[in-house]
Amino acid sequence: MSLPPFQQLVDDHWRDVSRLARGLVGPVHADDVAQQAWTQALAAYPRLRSARNLRSWLLTVTHRCAMDHHRRARRSDPHEDPGSMAVAPVVAPPAEPPDADLWAHVAALPPRQRDAVVLRFVGDLDHRAVAAALGTTPGMSRRLVSDALATLRLDLVDPLDAAAPVDAAAPVDTAASDAAAPVDAAAPSDPEDPS
Amino acid sequence: MTSPFATLAPATDRPPALSATDVSYVVDDTAVGRMLLVVRDDGRALATAYAPDGAAEDRWLQRVADAVSPRVLRRPADTDAVRRALEDYLSGRARLVDVPTDLVLASDFQRDVLTRLATTVGYGERTTYARLAAAVDRPRAARAVGTALGGNPLCVTLPCHRVLPASGGVGGYAGGPAAKEQLLALESARG
Repeated sequence: MSLPPFQQLVDDHWRDVSRLARGLVGPVHADDVAQQAWTQALAAYPRLRSARNLRSWLLTVTHRCAMDHHRRARRSDPHEDPGSMAVAPVVAPPAEPPDADLWAHVAALPPRQRDAVVLRFVGDLDHRAVAAALGTTPGMSRRLVSDALATLRLDLVDPLDAAAPVDAAAPVDTAASDAAAPVDAAAPSDPEDPS
Repeated sequence: MTSPFATLAPATDRPPALSATDVSYVVDDTAVGRMLLVVRDDGRALATAYAPDGAAEDRWLQRVADAVSPRVLRRPADTDAVRRALEDYLSGRARLVDVPTDLVLASDFQRDVLTRLATTVGYGERTTYARLAAAVDRPRAARAVGTALGGNPLCVTLPCHRVLPASGGVGGYAGGPAAKEQLLALESARG
């Protein structure tokens, strides 16, 4: 069995690992988590038994490091608001993403929903890979993602827009055409979901 | 419409800094061409090979990954000793590329040929494919010797440029005939 030189994985995927880490733990700790993921991946690499799905494997390792990070954060400060991970820090904040509001709401999702929706859309993993990372079934992954999206839609719909009369053909809760709700732009529909 | 999920920027604009690995490499633009320098974690050189383009580089690195370890990283600092030794030789300051080598990328026959070559044909000297074949007790294998030298993973370091065809001319060379002529001229100027 032949594995490509590790440098190739770094060159091909470091941006995706960094993005996923940012989606899972926020901009401040993303670097630490990504760095840890790379260190662990490098250590484990020669023992891999298949060269297929190296990207999924890297993102799964990243997710595991992100979970460790959240666990440590909870232990050191049990009262920490989980939503605080997206709040601007005191020291040199990395540039805010243009959809900072969206990420604050993603951060505030229940952890499993947050992880599922970030793995699915930031990691661009299919439900089988998301399920593998979360240690669950593809069906459950699908449900976590759709629950997360439903919550985000409710959170992010502008109250004024929501109060306005809604076209009967496009009810708010399923409206892929509702451009006022950022999350609809995010994921008009999960392409893996026949809907 | 672009998804904010898909366009979330990385938290950094730098790839991760990785430490200690089994194999490190760098691509070096030397006086005789673009070369790939590969070293083991114990400092021994695995390859000083001509890599005119990315495809050649990838082929060598995949061979290293298969033969030694897939933990192959681009870490220029680890290759400094080899880079310096090569530069000393190419600038005429040194008469050999003074680095420990590991011939794990070579076949048994290649190893015989290259070891015999390095120990018997000195700076400024020349030999022929036929004479080298005789030296490794395969007097009829001049062509096989040529092939073995053509795949030399440690070009310049193990001086396959000193081997010429008996019929005249400089013969083939992994780095191209111009590089071979340049090395021969370098050695005859100082030798």
